[in-house]
Amino acid sequence: MSAPIRVLLAKVGLDGHDRGVKVVARTLRDAGMDVVYTGLHRTPEEVVTAAVQEDVDVLGVSLLSGVQMTVFPKIFALLEQHKVGDMIVIAGGVMPDEDVEELKKMGVAEVLLQDTPPQQIINTLTSLVEARGAR
Amino acid sequence: MARPYIPSLDLIEPAARGEIWAVARLISRAEAGQPEVREAIGEIYKRAGAAHVIGITGVPGSGKSTLVSKLVRKLLDAGERVAVVAIDPSSPYSGGSILGDRIRMSDLVLDPNVFIRSMATRGAVGGMAHAALDVVDILDLAGFDKIIIETVGVGQDEVEIAKSSHTTVVVSAPGLGDEIQAIKAGILEIADLHVVSKCDRSDANRTLTDLKMMLKDGLGGALTRGWVPPVIGTSSYDDEGFDELVDGFARHLAHLEGPAGQARREQISVFRLKKAAEALMLEMLRSDPSFEPEGKRVAARQTDPYTAASGIVKHFSTEKTHV
Ligand code: B12
Ligand SMILES: Nc1nc2c(ncn2[C@@H]2O[C@H](COP(=O)(O)OP(=O)(O)O)[C@@H](O)[C@H]2O)c(=O)[nH]1
Ligand SMILES: [Mg+2]
Repeated sequence: MSAPIRVLLAKVGLDGHDRGVKVVARTLRDAGMDVVYTGLHRTPEEVVTAAVQEDVDVLGVSLLSGVQMTVFPKIFALLEQHKVGDMIVIAGGVMPDEDVEELKKMGVAEVLLQDTPPQQIINTLTSLVEARGAR
Repeated sequence: MARPYIPSLDLIEPAARGEIWAVARLISRAEAGQPEVREAIGEIYKRAGAAHVIGITGVPGSGKSTLVSKLVRKLLDAGERVAVVAIDPSSPYSGGSILGDRIRMSDLVLDPNVFIRSMATRGAVGGMAHAALDVVDILDLAGFDKIIIETVGVGQDEVEIAKSSHTTVVVSAPGLGDEIQAIKAGILEIADLHVVSKCDRSDANRTLTDLKMMLKDGLGGALTRGWVPPVIGTSSYDDEGFDELVDGFARHLAHLEGPAGQARREQISVFRLKKAAEALMLEMLRSDPSFEPEGKRVAARQTDPYTAASGIVKHFSTEKTHV
């Protein structure tokens, strides 16, 4: 019996839109995953520290405030600093297409925007974790 | 970027140096019950044993996570390194969970002397109590002085974990019904310390009085072990009662220096041994190849379930097995 996939869902900065992240949390729980939710208004430092302590398979950051291009570089730098540069990072929320492309170059494994069907979210996480293999 | 699998034995030294990524990875493997990690847990067990393990239990909503957050702050101020294991129930439907205890502990996250880890109970799959105690040893190895385990005081595994700590705190709260909830849940007697939380509320006095009366009537618990469990009122909102609580821990720890402590440690070890044996037996049993053929014989009514089952159990317990 393999352990459930562990996910940390985070909201960073002043962004108070938490409907989406809560929908995602329930979706993933109902798919049998363990979901750690950090609550609103966290800093990148807090999010990464929590993700390292929780040793999650996937760090998911939800952003609807437009600050993705400053938040994600910080997150990747912090992950390196904490010696977990191999953690899978995904993003969701509202952001323009050109940012999505840049984020993927930066190392964000997947960006799931508005109206992503639940099953697609589940499948994306499952296949990313499967592709990574045992750890 | 993917990186190669690091054997658990190689994680021990970095974990002992307090490197969080290594501590966290060992915990994941212990939690998953991976056979690969057992040798490492064995090594870690020999090096652990210094930490004071505190179990905090009570019904959902009684204020445990908020209280833990305040308590940790006090312990940090006293110069201690503190780890928190926050256990929440898995969904009985999907086996998944939403672990939200961290939200109440957000203030502590960036303190280098704090480590917080969320765990799910895994429902009926079992073995989690056993895993939780392995996790405690890993945190002990990593140099945490106090290890606090928060569990919901319902469900056998959760109560067993609380009981398996050195000091067990049972939290009761006003406003959750007019009975002391711990009585209903059958956990009042496991308390070394009683806390009535939310004492900023006007109905808290009633809860305090009710609880003290019940303890006078002998519904209390730890008395038999030569220790009278104190009742401490706290308010996490007004930051009250925490000096008394920390003092209660110190006094209970001193009490455990005596014969009571020896008895407690032995009792915890017997429990762990049983849990470890259960886990191994289940694992071996589930992978036993004779289930299929024996099942066919049962279906054909050539034998009955009990005879077949006892045959399988006998067969695997005499087989040479090792971990
Ligand atoms: C509802 C809403 C609000 C509510 C929020 C209530 C709440 N508690 O969440 C209220 C009214 C409070 C609000 C306020 C504001 N809002 Co508003 N809001 C919206 C609105 C209409 C819908 C958002 C929503 O809930 N969608 C439903 C959920 C289910 O979808 P979702 O969040 O996108 O999540 C899905 C996916 O994105 C994905 N997903 C999300 N997160 C994650 C994470 C991971 C890891 C994964 C895998 C997937 C994933 O999965 C979800 C399910 O498919 C959007 C417009 C829009 N179309 O998005 C504007 C919008 C987000 N808001 C906007 C703005 C500007 C504001 C305000 C600043 C307005 C103001 N001037 O006051 C304030 C800011 C408040 C704050 N502190 O952040 C802008 C943001 C612009 C930008 N990013 O550049 C938007 C886009 C509207 C617009 N077109 O201008 N808002
Ligand atoms: N009035 C009051 N409410 C509190 C106090 N501590 C916690 N609460 C509230 O009780 C609820 C449950 O708290 P939580 O710590 O999550 O409880 P847990 O489920 O036992 O971990 C939350 O709404 C808290 O805000 C307190 O000291 N006073
Ligand atoms: Mg809690």
